[in-house]
Amino acid sequence: MLKLNEMKRLGFLALTAVMLFAPEASARIMLVNGAGATFPYPIYSKWFSEYAKRDGSINFNYQSIGSGGGIKQLQAGTVDFGASDAPMKESEMADAKGKVFHFPSVMGGVVVTYNLPGAPKLNFSQANLSAIFMGKIKRWNNPMLAKDNPGVNLPDQPIAVVHRSDGSGTTYVFTDFLSNISKEWKSKVGTGKSVNWPVGLGGKGNEGVTGLVKQTPYSIGYVELGYATENKLPYGRVESKEGQFVDCTAQTVSRAAAGAVASMPEDFRVSIVNSPGADAYPIATFTWLLVYEKQESREVGQAIIDFLHWALTDGQAYAERLGYAPLPAEVVQMEKRAIAKIQLP
Amino acid sequence: MPRSSSLNWQDRLFRWACLGFALLILGLVAALAVELAWSSRLALRAFGFSFLWTQVWDPVREVFGALPFIYGTLVTSAIALLIAVPFGLGTAIFLAELAPPRISEIIGFLVELLAAIPSVIYGLVGLFVVVPWVRSVASPSVDAVLGWLPVFQGSPYGVGIFTAGLILAVMIVPFVTTVSREVLLTVPRSQREAALALGATHWETIWTTILPYARSGIIGSIFLALARALGETMAVTMVVGNRPEIHPSIFDPGYTMAAVLANEFAEATSNLYLGALIEIGLVLFGITIVVNGVARLLLYRLHDTSAVHV
Repeated sequence: MLKLNEMKRLGFLALTAVMLFAPEASARIMLVNGAGATFPYPIYSKWFSEYAKRDGSINFNYQSIGSGGGIKQLQAGTVDFGASDAPMKESEMADAKGKVFHFPSVMGGVVVTYNLPGAPKLNFSQANLSAIFMGKIKRWNNPMLAKDNPGVNLPDQPIAVVHRSDGSGTTYVFTDFLSNISKEWKSKVGTGKSVNWPVGLGGKGNEGVTGLVKQTPYSIGYVELGYATENKLPYGRVESKEGQFVDCTAQTVSRAAAGAVASMPEDFRVSIVNSPGADAYPIATFTWLLVYEKQESREVGQAIIDFLHWALTDGQAYAERLGYAPLPAEVVQMEKRAIAKIQLP
Repeated sequence: MPRSSSLNWQDRLFRWACLGFALLILGLVAALAVELAWSSRLALRAFGFSFLWTQVWDPVREVFGALPFIYGTLVTSAIALLIAVPFGLGTAIFLAELAPPRISEIIGFLVELLAAIPSVIYGLVGLFVVVPWVRSVASPSVDAVLGWLPVFQGSPYGVGIFTAGLILAVMIVPFVTTVSREVLLTVPRSQREAALALGATHWETIWTTILPYARSGIIGSIFLALARALGETMAVTMVVGNRPEIHPSIFDPGYTMAAVLANEFAEATSNLYLGALIEIGLVLFGITIVVNGVARLLLYRLHDTSAVHV
């Protein structure tokens, strides 16, 4: 009995020692906190761990709580940087503590996946894609679909549409694309992280959509490129702005940004869906890191600046492997000029 | 004299401490209600009571109505109870009255294990095993026999209200079984012996003596299970279809209150949208209170009637 008590006391002492000395150890490592989008989380966590290997004195801590949460925390000033899959709205910018810079960090594509016997590679014209998700094209053997897919035996079966049920950047990009190509979609449904879908079932997360598509014969849904390639899902080519059927790869997604360079606004708050360029994949997006123009702490601000420079150059090498697309060089050049505008106290 | 006063002092401390804890719980519930109402004030003001019976849920245009979610929550929970109560109660009777002690122990352990499985596992099993079964077996065969009733019309999806109810049923069976078994075990031996002595068969003893004696405890277990079903989130959202519409058939996709909160809360940015989601939480809170209230009422009534009979 006594022994047990003694052991408890020893344990308590050890715990006290740890608690006393721990702050000492962590004081030398600076913590930079960020929160936001889940879509870029795999590459961000890779970046932060690789960056920590280069510079052990800085530790980036990123919570993937969702873009909405990231924006809220940035507004409240509880994080040093935010991250979002959709650019902040004017009203959200107004609620922030100061001017917020948007830095595109990496790009992503959204693919249209389906469950058909034999998993043929399909072509989707813009009109057909919006009609399917609008509920206007109801069967796979619709002549409009058959016209774009000569030689493919499309079954005489109803199309089961699957979409994301959780609010997500993926849905934002996909509905942004549909709003861009279809007036009817824009007026009846619109663009958002969650929308009032005219038809279809909802699956939670990429894995939920994938599960439903795999489980439901003759279904169609949309997921991120990286998720589709990782899980070997079939996905179709989508008609580009210039009328070609473009497959989704890291290159064609990057080209969507290159096509948008001419019209790139200074704050990078831009949609790059359906951007010009023959082989620019039309359902593509940036994901953004959100940083205050006026930094409160010199050390943290400098750490963020250094990290941004690294992520936009060396960091881009990790993009393709993780299912993202690297930023085109033109965009990186523009961003470097913007990074120089971050003010340190 | 000094000793008794010190006892008094300890007694009083104990009494006040316990009262404090009880009040703390009460305060917590009240604070929860106030916080929910306050956080949803924008939606309360914008939609008023029509929030409860309109069916459009459009985050882009910020038009919100909760009826499809309320409907989905109530119907999935009702289906779950319809399936889980006979199974759970039957198992409890078997474990408490019929099974040899050793087997009873093993099965009891397995049933309790069901309660320990994380709900996301139930969701995955639902999605990959139950959904295909409902789509290819349950829905078409029910449709073939009862399809003339709109409620049982088949649907090509497999996900939907019925599938969610089925998964929920498996999840809440342990609540019914475990609590009911404990209650059945507390029925005094003299009650059984009296019934048997009067010439009742084993079945008659259970049906006329043991079950009525344990009635209030069993009903308590059912309401505990119902509360669990009303609030279940993860497993339901994976198999319910997440479609905010009301269809007549139980095989069609639907949505529940807990599921829409889990799905949309993280990415809801506008204040009205957040308010509408929190108001759904408020409605769910209200429904839970009503359900618990009804449970209490039922228990009181049962106690009264049994008192009259005795």
